[in-house]
Amino acid sequence: MTQWKNFTKGFFKENAVFVLFLGLCPTLGVTNSAINGMGMGLATTFVLVGSNLVVSLIRHWIPDKVRIPTFIVVIASFVTIVELSMQAYLPDLFDELGLFIPLIVVNCLILGRAEAFASRHNLASAIVDGLGMGLGFTMALVLLGGVREILGSGSIFGLKFINGDGILLFVLAPGAFIALGYMIVLINKINKKSA
Amino acid sequence: MNKVESTFRNMVLTLFIVTLVASSALGFVYALTKEPIEAARLAKRTRAITDVLPEYNNNPLEDSYKLAADGDTLYFYPGTMNGELVGTAVETFTTQGFSGEIKLMVGLLPDGTINDISVLEHKETPGLGDKMDKKKSDFSLQFQGKDPMDFTISVTQDGGNVQAITASTVSSRAFCDAVIRAYNAYMEGGKQ
Repeated sequence: MTQWKNFTKGFFKENAVFVLFLGLCPTLGVTNSAINGMGMGLATTFVLVGSNLVVSLIRHWIPDKVRIPTFIVVIASFVTIVELSMQAYLPDLFDELGLFIPLIVVNCLILGRAEAFASRHNLASAIVDGLGMGLGFTMALVLLGGVREILGSGSIFGLKFINGDGILLFVLAPGAFIALGYMIVLINKINKKSA
Repeated sequence: MNKVESTFRNMVLTLFIVTLVASSALGFVYALTKEPIEAARLAKRTRAITDVLPEYNNNPLEDSYKLAADGDTLYFYPGTMNGELVGTAVETFTTQGFSGEIKLMVGLLPDGTINDISVLEHKETPGLGDKMDKKKSDFSLQFQGKDPMDFTISVTQDGGNVQAITASTVSSRAFCDAVIRAYNAYMEGGKQ
């Protein structure tokens, strides 16, 4: 597998949200606007790249029976670093995402990549995999957040283009499920064609 | 390269080293971000106070005091201009929101007239209850310059003078509740 393929698989073939259905809790929870989706996606990408990097580095020294606790410690450390830095330097975004940042720890996507990929591949592949998967996740969140923001609030990235409210349903929780469902249909169609 | 075997000694040693490195890294980041986090928190509070008070030149955060009210605490931030009181920002709350607690900053002039109100925290429904925020609608502007002595702070449905947000009477009622709490506490000994 070339590194390019390794990188791009996170966007379509193995997209965390649309194909693997991993990390749906933050996906549905924070995507009421495109910018929230992007913040969450980038925070997850950082954690994913960091944990993939460390896990790949130490993979030969970890006894099999304690690998999961080790991975969790590594992941939780990166999440706390993100949480503290965001609180310090991006307080407004932190207010919006608040609760969902610590929850990155339990995002199956990250542990999944550590276990299934980083612990079996060399450093370069692991970093590329983390970047691809993370940015694919970010793309999914921005797309979903964008669709919900356009339909629900009549704006995109906070820029209003209609007066008043949109279809409020899409800003609320049920809208997340509806929008995600239709987007999965679309992505599946595209993937089938290219396969 | 062979994997390290899962012997008891290896496992304990690995976990010990991993947690040691992780905790020292976190301690380092914590020390690094402690001050910016505190500064960001203060800046947010100061912005809310500046929003609701007339011009002042003291530091309301340093002169703040608090009073117990309805099982929680109200915080008072007096603003003074050259030593003379120009208004007090009251950090108030209500538990009657449509979905949980709402926190407001209410700016009161020395005679009890409402200068301005800003929303600190809420979890109301987007598109409905969240219109209490000044950025979303003009709802909170109707309180400006009103003296609660002759402007009854409750929604028109309850016989008051406040025009509720359409389809969000519960949120509007909660908003009034928080404002009243601030006003009453201020008039009954909150003024200093």
